[in-house]
Amino acid sequence: MGRTSSTKEDAGALFHSLRSAYAATPVNLKIIDLYVGFAIFTALIQVVYMAMVGSFPFNSFLSGVLSCVGTAVLAVCLRIQVNKENKEFKDLPPERAFADFVLCNLVLHLVIMNFLG
Amino acid sequence: MAAPETSTAAVQTLYTNNTLRNAFGGVLSFFILLLIGVMAFSIRLFSVIKYESVIHEFDPYFNYRVTQFLAKNGIYEFWNWFDDRTWYPLGRVIGGTVYPGLTLTAGTIWWLLNSLNIPLSVETVCVFTAPIFSAFASWATYLLTKEVKGTGAGLTAAALLAMVPSYISRSVAGSYDNEAVAIFALIFTFYLYIKTLNTGTLFYATLNSIAYFYMVCSWGGYTFIINLIPMHVLLCIVTGRFSSRLYIAYAPLVVLGTLLAALVPVVGFNAVMTSEHFASFLVFIIIHVVAFVYYIKGILSPKMFKVAVTLVVSVGLAVCCAVIAVLIALVASSPTKGWSGRSLSLLDPTYASKYIPIIASVSEHQPPTWPSYFMDINVLAFLVPAGIIVSLKACFLPLSDASSFVVLYIATSVYFSGVMVRLMLVLAPAACITSGIALSQAFDVFTGSIKFQLTGASSNTEVDAAETSSSTAESQTDAVKTEKPEETAKNRPSRKSKKKEREHGEKPSTKAKAEKKRLLALPLESSVISLLLLVLLGAFYVVHCVWAAAEAYSAPSIVLTSHSHDGLHVFDDFREAYAWLRHNTDVDDKVASWWDYGYQTTAMANRTVIVDNNTWNNTHIATVGTAMSSPERAAWEIFHSLDVKYVLVVFGGLVGYPSDDINKFLWMVRIGGGVFPHIKEPDYLRDGQYRIDSQATPTMLNCLMYKLSYYRFVETDGKGFDRVRQTEIGKKYFKLTHFEEAFTTHHWMVRIYKLKPPKNRIRGKTKKSKSKTSSTTSSPKRSGTKKKNPWQ
Repeated sequence: MGRTSSTKEDAGALFHSLRSAYAATPVNLKIIDLYVGFAIFTALIQVVYMAMVGSFPFNSFLSGVLSCVGTAVLAVCLRIQVNKENKEFKDLPPERAFADFVLCNLVLHLVIMNFLG
Repeated sequence: MAAPETSTAAVQTLYTNNTLRNAFGGVLSFFILLLIGVMAFSIRLFSVIKYESVIHEFDPYFNYRVTQFLAKNGIYEFWNWFDDRTWYPLGRVIGGTVYPGLTLTAGTIWWLLNSLNIPLSVETVCVFTAPIFSAFASWATYLLTKEVKGTGAGLTAAALLAMVPSYISRSVAGSYDNEAVAIFALIFTFYLYIKTLNTGTLFYATLNSIAYFYMVCSWGGYTFIINLIPMHVLLCIVTGRFSSRLYIAYAPLVVLGTLLAALVPVVGFNAVMTSEHFASFLVFIIIHVVAFVYYIKGILSPKMFKVAVTLVVSVGLAVCCAVIAVLIALVASSPTKGWSGRSLSLLDPTYASKYIPIIASVSEHQPPTWPSYFMDINVLAFLVPAGIIVSLKACFLPLSDASSFVVLYIATSVYFSGVMVRLMLVLAPAACITSGIALSQAFDVFTGSIKFQLTGASSNTEVDAAETSSSTAESQTDAVKTEKPEETAKNRPSRKSKKKEREHGEKPSTKAKAEKKRLLALPLESSVISLLLLVLLGAFYVVHCVWAAAEAYSAPSIVLTSHSHDGLHVFDDFREAYAWLRHNTDVDDKVASWWDYGYQTTAMANRTVIVDNNTWNNTHIATVGTAMSSPERAAWEIFHSLDVKYVLVVFGGLVGYPSDDINKFLWMVRIGGGVFPHIKEPDYLRDGQYRIDSQATPTMLNCLMYKLSYYRFVETDGKGFDRVRQTEIGKKYFKLTHFEEAFTTHHWMVRIYKLKPPKNRIRGKTKKSKSKTSSTTSSPKRSGTKKKNPWQ
């Protein structure tokens, strides 16, 4: 009994500290997070749709899901690079990171357009 | 260049000195690389000089034919190409079953040259593609090793790779095969991976996926990359060396690489459906979990993090178990556990010999012998352990994801080369890189201690200077080339910022290091002698490589030479036979032969073949094997039902050419018997021995292969002495009833027979020779022999 209540308390405290820690992140990182979340959400919708309807044009399904996953992954990479607190990328200007991000996205979506069929 | 932030004047002057040295060293290494490229190209030209500019062996002929088609009809026709001149009557979809990288590369080069008004033939371009790409491969090795260890090691490794015999054997001029460009693609992909890992920019990650795409286009060996890189990522995670650079190097590669691989028709959906690729997806999930954990750890206080871990672990474990169970169930539901036969034969070396005789029958799929290691990588075999130790030593210092990658690469490739002699090719770059590291490190130590001994008497600051310069110029060993130790200690301009940081970090401890180094420095005499020995070792390697390139690996195998007391003999029988077929038979005639000669027949004789070296249909090959091991009449029926007009056999008994059809015959029996059980291997063996002399079994002496090989052979010397088997043949005088000799080449190496047309039915004679007519009349009566003949 006491154990469960302490777990609940812990969970509550954890939730609070997570929220407060996340509130401290800069706005541009929050926007990227939103973008990542949206991409993953879209991928999930497609997977659910595939589970219900079937994966017949398999290349379309594959390119749809992988474009979402790829977008999310690239956005995460961008987020890692522009994060000021990340010491590994101090000498990488955010403009360069964004240019790389755009290039990678271009390649990704060119491939996907090719693969869509 | 190293920007001087320190205040002491001594270091200032040192740095201005170094900038000059940097520039000079950059120019020097550029020229060395240029020379390495020229050497890599020219050492592979022995085959052109000694023989002529021809395509070699078997598979290159197919690639050549595809390139010709591409050059003639364009890329769209190429993708849709259905080839009806092979695998008759099935045909083969070339565009969808071929790795297009090599042909597209050569086709592009040809097109480029032609649009520049340099009229080279397609064949010339094909012949010289492999040497050009081996120069590229040695440059890629330089880049890779530079990322791992430094410029000096890079130059040494590039020089070693340019002439490693294992790679030469696959890339001499004329050896126009997938591996020729694939090794370059392999090394370059690894380089870009390491580069991404070191810099952490998405730009290199994109380039990395594109290089991976080129590799997927070129060779089935791309699965090595897509399994090695996840292994390395996993290793980094397990050893607690996860970083966001690792994430950037890996995650985009998986997504982009999978999509790009799926674009290649021959891979297609296999990129997400087969087990070869599952490791990468699993690690993809793992790296996300780990990245998330690290992120949470970063924003939470340690106490809170502990709470989170206890909460998450219980939930997470359950979820993980469920996911893994589902994955295992998915994989286990497919019969071969989702692995293709070739991959399985790699993981389980006994698999192929048990289940797929057609893979086991190819000599390059056999496990290698110890001498072949010495032959193919020579002194590198001894240098590799030293290189591993040097890399491992670096592992315990910071910034060594790259060296752990090299160690992992060599460990896996040693295993694979032990399974299949052909994969020695994958081992060769790894061996070159580690040996390059070892050699350059050794040179560094020796030259460093010589320098130390020479300047040891001078003042303390000078000692410091010498120490810094020798520590910054770690492993600058173009001494192999220049053999001037003074020039080797040049700093290279291409220092990465991280390395700069490390040097700055080292500076305060330089004094301490100098003390330590003084103890490490070897005596002058011993280091000079060791240097000489190392140079001698290098010279031995060079001599061996030149010998291997000139003598062992340059024979094109369609033109043979032999030296005897009365001079040089050239055996050009293969081309003679194919030219005969080309000029004396109808365009649509079908030629049957064992599958080894299928590609050459389609490419050189331009005639339709039944089976070829693309062994995609085992039953079809087994049919030809059955025909070759059947008695004459049954064989005639099988061939006739396949619409065959000519049968081609290769026979080396007159000149002593050992890889002829009689020596391959047991494989025909085995493969044929695997599908048609009335062919039994013991029928062809006398007491387990394969022999063709008078002790041979009657089945052997009456089979088609024996008869076609030895027909009229006794007329050559009166005894019928086979110079390959070193014995007199068993049955000397016999006649052919259903075949007639059409052409035999000058040295009897290729013999072509024509199928006699079916006899007209003769009324009233059926009683007397019933068995004979039943076989020779046309199709309705042949139903009695249906069991033996699948093509009705």
